[in-house]
Amino acid sequence: MKKTLRQIAGTALSSLPILALANYDVNIPAPHSPISDQIYGLHMEILWVCLAIFVVVFGVMFYSVFAHRKSKGAVAAHFHENTTIEIIWTLIPFLILGFMAWPATQTVLAMKDASNPDMTIKVTAYQWMWQYEYLNDGVKFYSVLSTPRDQIGSTEQHGKPTNEHYLLETDNNVVVPVGKKIRLLITANDVIHGWYVPQLGVNQYGIPGFIKDSWFKANEPGVFRGQCSQICGKEHGYMPIVVEAKSAEDYAVWVKEQKAKQAAAESHDKVSLADPVAR
Amino acid sequence: MEATHDHAHDDHGHHPTGLVRYFFTTNHKDIGSMYLWFSLIMFFVGGFMALVIRAELFQPGIQIVNPDVFNQLTTIHALVMIFGAVMPAFVGFANWQIPLMVGASDMAFARMNNWSFWLMPPAALLLVGSFLVPGGAAGSGWTLYPPLSIQGGISVDMTILAVHIMGASSIMGSINIVTTILNMRAPGMTLMRMPMFVWTWLITAYLLIAVMPVLAGAVTMLLTDRHFGTHFFNAAGGGDPTMFMHIFWFFGHPEVYIMILPAFGIISHIIPTFARKPLFGYASMVYATSSIALLSFIVWGHHMFTVGMPAAGNLFFMYATMLIAVPTGVKVFNWIATMWKGSMTFETPMLFAVAFVSLFTIGGFSGLVLAITPVDITLHNTYYVVAHFHYVLFSGAIFSIMGGAYYWLPKWTGHMYDEKLGKVHFWLTAISFNITFFPQHFLGLAGMPRRIPDYAPQFTEFNQISSVGAFLLGLSQLIFLYVIIKCIRGGVKAEAKSWEGAEGLEWTVPSPAPYHTFETPPAFH
Amino acid sequence: MSTAHDVYYVPAPSKWPVVGSTALFLLAIGMVSLLHWGKTPGLVFLASGFAVLTYMLFGWFGNVIHESVSGKYNAQVDASFRWAMGWFIFSEVMFFAAFFGALFYARQMSVPVLGDLDNQLIWPGFKPGWPSEGPYLTEAFKPMEAWGLPAVNTLLLLTSGVTLTWAHHALMENKRTQLLIGMAATIALGLTFLFFQATEYGEAAFSLSTGVYGATFFLLTGFHGFHVTLGTLMLIVILARCGKGHFTPEHHFAFEAVAWYWHFVDVVWLGLFIFVYWM
Ligand code: HEA
Ligand code: HEA
Ligand code: CUA
Ligand SMILES: [Cu+2]
Repeated sequence: MKKTLRQIAGTALSSLPILALANYDVNIPAPHSPISDQIYGLHMEILWVCLAIFVVVFGVMFYSVFAHRKSKGAVAAHFHENTTIEIIWTLIPFLILGFMAWPATQTVLAMKDASNPDMTIKVTAYQWMWQYEYLNDGVKFYSVLSTPRDQIGSTEQHGKPTNEHYLLETDNNVVVPVGKKIRLLITANDVIHGWYVPQLGVNQYGIPGFIKDSWFKANEPGVFRGQCSQICGKEHGYMPIVVEAKSAEDYAVWVKEQKAKQAAAESHDKVSLADPVAR
Repeated sequence: MEATHDHAHDDHGHHPTGLVRYFFTTNHKDIGSMYLWFSLIMFFVGGFMALVIRAELFQPGIQIVNPDVFNQLTTIHALVMIFGAVMPAFVGFANWQIPLMVGASDMAFARMNNWSFWLMPPAALLLVGSFLVPGGAAGSGWTLYPPLSIQGGISVDMTILAVHIMGASSIMGSINIVTTILNMRAPGMTLMRMPMFVWTWLITAYLLIAVMPVLAGAVTMLLTDRHFGTHFFNAAGGGDPTMFMHIFWFFGHPEVYIMILPAFGIISHIIPTFARKPLFGYASMVYATSSIALLSFIVWGHHMFTVGMPAAGNLFFMYATMLIAVPTGVKVFNWIATMWKGSMTFETPMLFAVAFVSLFTIGGFSGLVLAITPVDITLHNTYYVVAHFHYVLFSGAIFSIMGGAYYWLPKWTGHMYDEKLGKVHFWLTAISFNITFFPQHFLGLAGMPRRIPDYAPQFTEFNQISSVGAFLLGLSQLIFLYVIIKCIRGGVKAEAKSWEGAEGLEWTVPSPAPYHTFETPPAFH
Repeated sequence: MSTAHDVYYVPAPSKWPVVGSTALFLLAIGMVSLLHWGKTPGLVFLASGFAVLTYMLFGWFGNVIHESVSGKYNAQVDASFRWAMGWFIFSEVMFFAAFFGALFYARQMSVPVLGDLDNQLIWPGFKPGWPSEGPYLTEAFKPMEAWGLPAVNTLLLLTSGVTLTWAHHALMENKRTQLLIGMAATIALGLTFLFFQATEYGEAAFSLSTGVYGATFFLLTGFHGFHVTLGTLMLIVILARCGKGHFTPEHHFAFEAVAWYWHFVDVVWLGLFIFVYWM
């Protein structure tokens, strides 16, 4: 037993250098939409408040743990109730919570307001890929993980993850214009999935048979990566989402390209929407 | 055992020995011990699954288990830990301690009590055995959301039936506990003079009676949707998968308090004992516990902020959830006030209790972060949630169970446990627990989803730390097992009042507690 | 009686709990077999499960009755039984609450939402309303009428509540004939209810799979009917025990427990009548 302990300790020690190498992603990734901006701010605010409470409350506790020890000759007092202080420490948390709830309410209302979008994309989740339909521009495509399978591997044949964006890359990215309010109509075809792109402040289940909406607006051009957020079977870990925000001109070019591609493929590639009851 | 005076104890005289004693017993102490052993075994079984999960997550790519097996391990790990380890452990404590604490000769329904226990092994067999059937165990996550759970095979039905059986066990157990507490207290023990553990279990039992049938209903609908053509959770027939979530979480959220309220009770005994000072704010503890229980019925929606509820729904569930911080805070402050100006010593139970208070609060705070709807949007179903619930469940529920076990082992076995080894166990557990789960907050913030067997390379470092921590944590539990066995085998003789500061009826009977106690109700002052 | 005055009755070790667990285990295996491995193994396991369960019920209740008749239960034990029966019924109420919840959810949320504007994308032309078989199934069906058999059944159950109370009064006033007549009438009313319920099922112009209406209808009324069956069986046992003179005007909790159960079943039916059949 000692030996195994030593082995484990050895492993633990040998993994310490990792700490030095870590690129310390210890916070929410940089926000890039009005909602994720607010989320970031809310999280920071609440984190600091909680930390402050923690320091105060456990400052008191650990002071007591060190000072009121029997070994230091502490003699137990006998009090066991004090209505005044009990009322105080019930009311103060109330106030603190109100202070947190106010800005959170603003964000919830903003987040839920998908009205007046500049464009609408219908997102349908499948086991295990996404389909995007640009309702205004007539673009429609599937989007599948593009990391090669042999990099992922299996229990028989271990993979070697070498791609920089291993598991977070797709064959067809979702391209959107910067600065436009984009409404998403999210649904699923088989089981529940989750369309989750943290940097854009969206995490919305796609529920088979129902349309749920959400929206985002990319503040600046960039590539934003996310993953399916709700367990959906064995490939749940392998259905990423990549959103590319481009300038209006680049977006227009992209739409044209897509349309040309679609027209070429039109004749033979007719993927039928399997009906949602067939299961 | 003296059997001289008049009594209505049919139990007397015949003391079956060997296996028959345990199969047929009507003794709350036997049943309590069986529950506790069962729980420990399930803890190791569930922990073993967790270790396989952590081993797979040691690095990106698939190495040890294929994705579908991974999902099955996640699902059964959770079900085993919740229904097999934590809940039976608390029922074990209830069986041992409640009759001793209220001065009753046994539980109100001694035979039914045994049935509650003996329903657990078949249920566990169905649950864990489902790994062996074609297609493997259920892999939909412990929440069993349809339609994914409808796609599953035989194992899903086995899981559903296991849940039914465990539900029956919990309901009978709870009725037994409620009745014992309400009807069998020693004369003079009014409700507001009951020990805190008894109070917390009374409230927990109510929660169980209220929500276990709802879970039974939910999984019954799942079963009929799977096999009998109903459309509860299928939009095509006018049903809705979201409906399952609502029903499930109406059970699920009270369920998490079912796993923490008895823990609060245990901690409320340990801290006064080792601070040598009565529990601060007894009455407000009772009110706080009741408020937590009542609030727990109206917060379930915080698990569903991403299903697309209307804004009003999101706001209601956010506010209600946040409110729970207030009574929980009252409890934390009361424990600290109990320590304040005490005369403290730090035997193993007290170490676990102090760690409980501080680490549970970390879990509570991360819960509060998740309760803020917009923040939950970015953290939902990430490792932040995994970190949150292991803080409340492991450094909450499990720490209290371990602390409670050390605290009452002398009463149960008649021997003091090995204090030095107990402390080693505590420190290894507390440290490796934090190594395992603290980094998961960072993973979640960075956006790593839960329930995935493989991840993007930027998550590697923290996952490795977490996996190393998990193996340390697992191995440390072998010490716990060793200490328990050693304590049963022998050791320093425990006195009736095993701890200097201990208060309560259970410390008035000899250690080990005789097979029958309080055959005539004790006087309680 | 004299010895059992201020001490509590703890029964001797008993084999019934383990027998009961075996029964449930067999039933679970039978259910799984029936669903996956075919009729024969399924029915064999189910049948043996039921056999063991019946053996256990007879044995266990036999013990309890014996203990009760031989005066081992004092007033405190009686109080325990009362608490336990009350909370057991509460748990049953919560079981039905889950299904009523499903009904309300389907009527107020899922069906209306499926017919809203966004969901026209998936279910074009679906008009929500109640009763509903959902947007996909199109089999024409006729919902159950409230003012036929169901109304008669309501009357039957309400009357049975009265006859049971009448029998209870007889028991308390030691009027044996009235007691036996009351019990027999209650049982007859229960059986008639079940007969009508079966007739109604036979004539139903829809099935379990007629969307969420069929599902909620049959599960709610089905579980209720199952409870009426159990209640009737319990009433029959109680009638037999009345015949044997097991109950005295002071001590007859078994009678009262079954009466409580019967009233509970009655109240659930009122809920069913109002929300499933009528409104
Ligand atoms: C024992 C179990 C337990 C306990 C006690 C809790 C307690 C709490 N939980 Fe947790 N929770 C779980 C077990 C538990 N939880 C599990 C298992 C899940 C995941 C389920 C799944 O999806 O699989 C979950 C998930 C979960 C979610 C959903 C996350 C998601 O899926 O996106 C949320 C969101 O609101 C949440 C919130 C809370 C809150 C607010 C509390 C509060 O009760 C905490 C209150 C405590 C404190 C706040 C600390 C002490 C207070 C003070 C010191 C006072 C001062 C403080 C302030 C004024 C701030 N929990
Ligand atoms: C009380 C409940 C409880 C407890 C105690 C634990 C304990 C642990 N849990 Fe668990 N966990 C849950 C409840 C719990 N968990 C729940 C509800 C989920 C959600 C599931 C879902 O998503 O559906 C979850 C999910 C979950 C995940 C996420 C999986 C995923 O999303 O895919 C992870 C990953 O790290 C994890 C890890 C651990 C670890 C390392 C422990 C450790 O504390 C365990 C310590 C280890 C031991 C106790 C083992 C000791 C045994 C040995 C050393 C002997 C080995 C034996 C042999 C070889 C024979 N748990
Ligand atoms: Cu799709 Cu997870
Ligand atoms: Cu919750």
